[in-house]
Amino acid sequence: MTANVVPALEVRNITKQFPGVLANDQISFTLLPGEIHAFLGENGAGKSTLMNILYGLYDPDQGEILINGELAKIKNPADAIRLGLGMVHQEYALVDTLTVTENIILGTELRNGPILNAKEASQRVRELSEQYGLAVPPDAIVGDLPVGVQQRVEILKALYRNVNMLILDEPTAVLTPQEADDLFRVMRELADQGKALIFITHKLREVREVADRITVLRRGKVVGGADPKTASEGQLAALMVGRDVVLKVDKTAANPGDAVLKVRNLKLRDDRGLTVLDDVSLDVHAGEVLGIAGVQGNGQTELVEAITGLQHLPTGSIELLGKDITNRPPRSITEQGVAYIPEDRKGTGLVLGYSIRDNLVLSTYYKAPFTKGLTFNDAAIDENAKELIETFDVRTPSATTTAGSLSGGNQQKIIVAREFTRENRLLIASQPTRGIDVGSIEFIHNQIIKQRDAGLAVLLVSAELDEILSLADRVAVMYHGKIVGILPIAEATRERVGLLMAGIQEQPNGK
Amino acid sequence: MANEQQAPAETKKPAEAKPTKRSLPWLSEAIVPLLAILTAVLIGAVIVFISIPSNKLPAFDLSLYGSRSDWFFSTLPERLRVTLSAFTGLFSGAFGDWSKPSTIPGAISNTLVESTPYILAGLAVAVTFKAGLFNVGAEGQLLMGALGSVAVAAFMPQWFGVASIPAIIHLPAALLAGVLAGAMWGIIPGYLRAKTGAHEVITTIMLNYIALQIMDYLINGVMKDKSATLQRTPFIHENAALPRIISKATDPSLTGGQAYPRLFTTTSSTWDLRIHMGIIIAFVMVGFIWWLMNRTPKGFEIKTVGENPEAARYAGMNITGTVVGAMGISGALAGLAGTSQVVGLEYNLKAVFSSGLGFDSLAIALLAKSNPIAIVPAALFWGALRTGAGAMQINTGISINLINIIQALVIMFIAADQIVRWIYRIKQAEGGKITFNRSWGK
Repeated sequence: MTANVVPALEVRNITKQFPGVLANDQISFTLLPGEIHAFLGENGAGKSTLMNILYGLYDPDQGEILINGELAKIKNPADAIRLGLGMVHQEYALVDTLTVTENIILGTELRNGPILNAKEASQRVRELSEQYGLAVPPDAIVGDLPVGVQQRVEILKALYRNVNMLILDEPTAVLTPQEADDLFRVMRELADQGKALIFITHKLREVREVADRITVLRRGKVVGGADPKTASEGQLAALMVGRDVVLKVDKTAANPGDAVLKVRNLKLRDDRGLTVLDDVSLDVHAGEVLGIAGVQGNGQTELVEAITGLQHLPTGSIELLGKDITNRPPRSITEQGVAYIPEDRKGTGLVLGYSIRDNLVLSTYYKAPFTKGLTFNDAAIDENAKELIETFDVRTPSATTTAGSLSGGNQQKIIVAREFTRENRLLIASQPTRGIDVGSIEFIHNQIIKQRDAGLAVLLVSAELDEILSLADRVAVMYHGKIVGILPIAEATRERVGLLMAGIQEQPNGK
Repeated sequence: MANEQQAPAETKKPAEAKPTKRSLPWLSEAIVPLLAILTAVLIGAVIVFISIPSNKLPAFDLSLYGSRSDWFFSTLPERLRVTLSAFTGLFSGAFGDWSKPSTIPGAISNTLVESTPYILAGLAVAVTFKAGLFNVGAEGQLLMGALGSVAVAAFMPQWFGVASIPAIIHLPAALLAGVLAGAMWGIIPGYLRAKTGAHEVITTIMLNYIALQIMDYLINGVMKDKSATLQRTPFIHENAALPRIISKATDPSLTGGQAYPRLFTTTSSTWDLRIHMGIIIAFVMVGFIWWLMNRTPKGFEIKTVGENPEAARYAGMNITGTVVGAMGISGALAGLAGTSQVVGLEYNLKAVFSSGLGFDSLAIALLAKSNPIAIVPAALFWGALRTGAGAMQINTGISINLINIIQALVIMFIAADQIVRWIYRIKQAEGGKITFNRSWGK
């Protein structure tokens, strides 16, 4: 980089202390106009804290922020936007019932006296969208648009406010590979026109694809920078976690046995009468991982909930080891040997206000040895907690710490510990590693493969294609409630699966 | 970039978990309620200070005082005296005038008697708060309990055509009838909630009215004591009464010929106390509910359904059964509160029976943060205020409404605990949010 360019943003020695955690420790970096600067780090590395400081949501304890070479005080998001800094959060702040234009101009309406100047606003939106190649239908209702387009609306919202710096916080989490590629194209276009972009992610492949410069954070510190053209994914991952991680899961070829789970002709409509499951049939065999790929919201959740008894099914049948379990109560299905890692860790898998100890017996509390006579057997529950915390490497000060105060990775380990230690025949893992650190991902992946090798049938649902491709032995793709294809792992290339995920079928496929 | 080789020892440390420091957990839990009470009492004092009845003060006279404000300031000592007397009056009403020791047992007994139904009904509401339900129906459940118990206690011998039934059968039967009637009045809204989603706040409010009308109908109809001028049932049979602990023998001319039991009979007026075995039952129930909620799988299910119904369903818990069960237990406890009033204290059922006990119990459960043990001090506080209020009004002329104001302020400060935290600069404990209101407005 040339030295005489004034950085759009310069951060010097930002430090932020939370009770018990040094979230940001002397962080310094620069952001130049026209560059895409990626911040890579595990969950809890301090990325979000840093961005929230930049966006005026937190006050740093120390350090200074310079914008275009001048010292800036950012007390709230309004300050940030006035200084030219915009942010697209993971959760979009859009009003579903308003149009694209209305969403974009919300809060900065152009007016003729008290009357909204809708025509001019709509015109400006169109201009912006053409200038940056951000195709959006200005008059469509936002709630009707796909997620990828909604994200463009968010970006336009920032651009409409004349920002020249844009923070994108995990922007690809909910996108299909194709949508993600579109986003990268837009990001490049923005950078080429002089905007400075901060791209937050923990996906190594994307960083190398789109970033000009990489800064890696670990435990609140900048641990290094890297050039995306030369750094390998393995090197980046090592920087992130501080040790070499095996991204490819070590596993031998599957040795499938008999079908453990037989799902036949599941059909389901939601409350509005829209089809959610469209004649879904599949088998999962002992000793294999069947991965279900697909963008979220294409029926995976309902499929899994139907199998686990949480979703009532009007038609179709589900057999476990030759026994019909359709519409059986969840506990009866669990007791027949089904382990289940739910997709919503905090909302479903755990009671956040409970201790780790109690969460570890959430599904077995009523049985011996945890219950003796009418009351709990504390000794057995404590022993169970001690053992599982040790075996599953849950990092916690004590077993009585509440689950809610742990990091995502450790929370997920509690669920895995609880589910994997029952007598199981089928394992259902839904988004098992979403939003957790690389160390925990590796641990959980290895545990899943271990279960497979022990002869369990594994049904893995994930929106992360990389996860599916590295764990599964067969890949089924869901689109609009239908299984649009089942491929053996050898044939499941990123491109083929990606096209299926987008609903593009190469040839008619029966299953 | 590869210059960062990490020491493996570092990865073993707990990364993000916050250290949990808990020296006196109950104190940190209790601090906000205690400060809420303190603040409410102080505000109550200011209100008395400003609004002292004019007959307690020298009248305003323009020739004596230059202006209204001069008058106000010259009456400051008098105002202070009256304000203090209000609170000493309140205290001696609740705990006795300690310069006259003979008043102490009676006052404390009255406070305990007043607190007994508060403990039971407060527990009832606390159980539903734990389950994420908001049972506004304690009042109706209490009335149904009273009705059920008085029916058995007053009329059971008639049904079997005998003069009396041995106490060992009659008293338990009366208690059981009250408990079951209350439980039924809890199970109905519980079932409606679990099966149809009808919100328990709405259904319990409606069931309160239904219970009130049923009671009105019965005590003006088949259950009316024809010989009495008041609208009330006949006196219950002496074998169905809970014994008083220590008291003079009953005067049969005042109790329809019944001689009600006492554990100890006295002739001393000092020890002629109203306290009855209901308080013992209440304490036993506190222990039982604590045990149920903290030591048993059923209690674990109730708490889990309250904390996170999604997780409860996922963990295979029976949500319908748990909701219905929690409402049933709650109704049973509220029914027991009504029962103990009938068979322990009143010995009959009058039209003006409850006077809002069931609604005060909501406040008590809030004040105790739904902790079964903390229900006891909360109910005693409420009972002491109610008992002391009468004495205060008689002795100092301060309106009994002062107590209503203090009670309302306590609830306001508990519900909006941020106000108290702000006044006293108390930091929010980690994860210390009250979760009783999960179901509000759903």
